[in-house]
Amino acid sequence: MAYMTDRRPWTFYVLAAVFALFVVFLYGPMACIYILSFQGPNGGLTFPLNGTSLYWFGALFHQQRTGDIAGAFARSIPLAIIVLTLTVVFSLAAGLAFRRRFIGAGLIFYIAIASLIVPGLVLSVGTGLGFQLLDIPPRWYSSALGAHLSWTLPFGLLIMFAVFSRLNRSYEEAARDLGATTWQTLRHVVIPIVLPGIIGVALFGFTLSYDEFPRSWLTVGPYNTLPLEIWAMTTNITSPALYALGTVTTAISFVVIVVALTSIALIQSQRTRRRIARERAMQAGS
Amino acid sequence: MKLAVPAKAVPYLEVAPLAIVLLLFFVIPMAMVFVASFFDYNMTGIIKTFTLHNYIDLLTTPTTFDLYLETVKFALIVWAVTLVLGFFVAYFLAFHVRNPLIAIGLLLLCTVPFWTSNIIRMISWIPLLGKYGVFNRALLALGIVDKPVQWLLFSDFAVIVAYVHLFTLFMIVPIFNSMARIDKSLVEAAVDGGANRFRVMTEVIIPLSKTGITLGSIFVITLVMGDFFVVKIMSGGRSASVVMSVFEDVNLLFYPPAAASAVVLLIIVTLIVSFILRVVDVRKELTG
Repeated sequence: MAYMTDRRPWTFYVLAAVFALFVVFLYGPMACIYILSFQGPNGGLTFPLNGTSLYWFGALFHQQRTGDIAGAFARSIPLAIIVLTLTVVFSLAAGLAFRRRFIGAGLIFYIAIASLIVPGLVLSVGTGLGFQLLDIPPRWYSSALGAHLSWTLPFGLLIMFAVFSRLNRSYEEAARDLGATTWQTLRHVVIPIVLPGIIGVALFGFTLSYDEFPRSWLTVGPYNTLPLEIWAMTTNITSPALYALGTVTTAISFVVIVVALTSIALIQSQRTRRRIARERAMQAGS
Repeated sequence: MKLAVPAKAVPYLEVAPLAIVLLLFFVIPMAMVFVASFFDYNMTGIIKTFTLHNYIDLLTTPTTFDLYLETVKFALIVWAVTLVLGFFVAYFLAFHVRNPLIAIGLLLLCTVPFWTSNIIRMISWIPLLGKYGVFNRALLALGIVDKPVQWLLFSDFAVIVAYVHLFTLFMIVPIFNSMARIDKSLVEAAVDGGANRFRVMTEVIIPLSKTGITLGSIFVITLVMGDFFVVKIMSGGRSASVVMSVFEDVNLLFYPPAAASAVVLLIIVTLIVSFILRVVDVRKELTG
């Protein structure tokens, strides 16, 4: 059958076609708005393209009615970087904790899962109410930061579970037998091994915060982050400026994704090369 | 330097930052919603007196039931579509792509859009589905219709397309993860034992992918039930969802009734999720 012979069965071609169509379905619409964002000044919201220009990108940053886009970027990017940092540190630490038994492990796990699946808007309402009742003004660097972490930490924790379930404990035992302290074992053995997973957590931390709208809604306070500006534009701007904003924000996401995935790929290929070199050396020695 | 921390305290210290953040920014906000659902309110704001009015109003308004029906309808349709699509995409990657590196690469190709803005991905359907959008122009040019089809955009159809576009990934990843762990020799054994393609699928692959299917289903159903902006934009105001009614109430500063409908929604979602979780112990599968 299929899995053993060299000839591919007919199901392969059917499923390959399904997969190809799915990829077109995923990327096609996005590609359309990137193309449409380069329209001429008289362009509209749909095809055909009415000339090509960078007019709408300029309009994005210089027109009054599109709102404070530059300011939104200047808040969203630092916020995403803070969320990334805290998500990496807190999930790594919690991931280490969950490798041992401790009282409350089950409870914290279920709270994390609940935090992952509770509607973001409901959380936004709760956080907004809390700050209101305590008379603390909500800001992007306080309430929104916390609301974003309640969303990124469960993701980070689940990724750390997956990473640690594959980590062989004998490396740490070997380090300890050779006299390494707990801190040295963590710093020089565990972290280098799980580094690709940590980069994965960082990628989730950044992108989930950078694009988060529902949890930001009542928590950012008077100054909007980028997704709130985008939301405001979807409801009242009917020009390609909206698409231009989509192109700019997605370009930033893509840069982050490429940096993260390339560094993971580099680490992995370096490891493969080292392993092959080691195996060769062993063969030569025997 | 030697830290004087007893070994037993270490896991508590390690988990503390995460636990504190979840307490402050998840448990307490949820408690706030619960408490506020029993408060009274008027045009100027919240009045801190106990009342059951919000729940009584909610449960006696006939539109509440319709709203839940609408939300559950979308959840079920999207669940069915993403399950079939996600299952076959995952199956293709796990069993038909022979080079595991290429399989991971193709999986990443499906994952990249997840790391970009949901709102932007949603609005990218507008130039395609609109009255003079790409699809209508194509249909007109091919002579299939003689005037633009109206139900493509600002309709239930558009809402479902956007949901499937945004959420299928949440099916693919967990199902792929389960399938990647299936020992290929089990499939060979089934084939040697005389099972045909269909029986391999129903008696080997589907049972062993159960965890992934369960997790994916929880993700998709809770995402659809928690959504408001896809329904709001893509239905053009023709459909609504429970969370959208929360959104509109809060926009009018009617916090207590918004909180009451959020509490009812959370109870229903929790019931659905615990029903699904009875089927399989997800935690054992994730940590083990």
